[in-house]
Amino acid sequence: MKKKSLFLQILVTIMVLFFLAGSSYAGEIQNKLVSESTIEQVLKRGVLRVGMSTFVPWAMKDKKGELIGFEIDVAKKLAQDMGVKIEFVPTKWAGIIPALLTGKFDVIIGGMGITPQRSLKVNFTVPYEYSGMSIVAHKETAKGFSAIEDFNKPEVTIASRLGSTAAEAAKKYMPKANHRMFDDEAQAYQELLNGKAHAVVGSAPTPVFHAIKNPEKLFIPLKETFAKEAIGFAVRKGDFDTLNYFNSWILVHHSSGWLKEREHYWFETKDWESQVQ
Amino acid sequence: MKKKYNSADIGKFIFVIGIIVYFMNRSSGNMGYNWQWYRIPQYIFTFDSGRFIPGLLFKGLGVTLQITGISLILAFIFGLTTAFLRLSDSLIGRITSRLYLEIIRNTPLLVQLFFIYFVLGPILDLSRFTSAVLALSLFEGAYASEIFRAGIVSIHQGQWEASYSLGLNTFQTYFHVILPQAIRRILPPLTSQAISLIKDSALVSTIAIYDLTMQGQAIISETFLTFELWFTIAGIYLLITIPLSLSVNLMEKYFRVDI
Repeated sequence: MKKKSLFLQILVTIMVLFFLAGSSYAGEIQNKLVSESTIEQVLKRGVLRVGMSTFVPWAMKDKKGELIGFEIDVAKKLAQDMGVKIEFVPTKWAGIIPALLTGKFDVIIGGMGITPQRSLKVNFTVPYEYSGMSIVAHKETAKGFSAIEDFNKPEVTIASRLGSTAAEAAKKYMPKANHRMFDDEAQAYQELLNGKAHAVVGSAPTPVFHAIKNPEKLFIPLKETFAKEAIGFAVRKGDFDTLNYFNSWILVHHSSGWLKEREHYWFETKDWESQVQ
Repeated sequence: MKKKYNSADIGKFIFVIGIIVYFMNRSSGNMGYNWQWYRIPQYIFTFDSGRFIPGLLFKGLGVTLQITGISLILAFIFGLTTAFLRLSDSLIGRITSRLYLEIIRNTPLLVQLFFIYFVLGPILDLSRFTSAVLALSLFEGAYASEIFRAGIVSIHQGQWEASYSLGLNTFQTYFHVILPQAIRRILPPLTSQAISLIKDSALVSTIAIYDLTMQGQAIISETFLTFELWFTIAGIYLLITIPLSLSVNLMEKYFRVDI
């Protein structure tokens, strides 16, 4: 009997020791994760660095050279809520993910559509906005085209921006067409204006703006947008603290209606146009 | 003259290489980048039951070689013509060649490429390939012309006088006396120019020509294998430019033996 209780005592002591060691170890990891998370780094630094790419009306330069747009409002509000300053890091679209991965900035807020391929390299937040693709066509080369099937032919050339979700959507919805990709959207639209492409696929509402600007050459063949896509912030993989903070932030501003109100201002009104032209 | 190396030199060399390797290791460790080199070979070429299947990068390389090949020949012609015109007695020739040189040399190639493709293209009905070749050869031709001119004027005036007194005309003097001597002097800078042309050809990707660089960019946009692909592309450019440098080295030796 005595022997047994001694054995039990030792067993309990060992278990308690293991438990203590285990819990302190877990606590250490937790502390480490928190202190190394991007959000903690941002608070320490006092500056939130946001990677973005100019993209009307998501992010663009106004007459004074200041950045304005839907995304810029979102990033500014985010920094304001965190109580830090904001720094925008304009980056070429094709290099934006590698720049995030190598720590050139903390988060991509750049109208980036959530895709399975991209999710293999970065973590996305819940969507803060949805965008659709629209298509603008040339009046001569694409005369009478009115459906996606009209564009899905080998003799049709479709221009888009390299690496954008628009390029992916164009390939997916018009696999038979001839796709031509440019570094910048401006070049894709120039190609269309020169009549060397039948259409440009881009995130709404940019194609519509171009059609309005060049009514004698371009038209909108489809009334509705296609390939609705979810837009999220992108952060480095494995940083769940940061991801969680951003998710909560987006949730809060969805419920408060602030995101909806900004979306209405930038996408459905033209009140901001005087700031640009 | 044979150069000698002593052990101290070799020691320094190893030291420098060591530092470079150390920094590369450190930065790639800090980067937290997930390297996936195993996904690259399929883009160069693969073998399917003994049959050779070219990958996208291989096809891009074909386009790059085609563009640079034609542009090299054209740049050579533009360069030589401009050099002759600048040295000629014709006032118009001198003015036009000077104008061409200064405009091309003082503006960026990217702007010229966009201008030729997006502005001149629709007017003159130039295809995308023609625009690319034209922009590249005009650009490199301007630089080549200065190299040619420098080579020609570096030949002593007495050679001209001697040729004329032997009864040769200007064309014969150039062809038999001046150029054979000038070529030896201009080969090294001309090689640099040719290598520049091969690398500058990467800019044609901006007008959506699917050369090596553009194919790489397109693959990156789908797979995000950014660093793996850019290193592979750099390696392929090295594979073309190094043999070019080496063959010109051989040519230089050959011309030296000749005199």
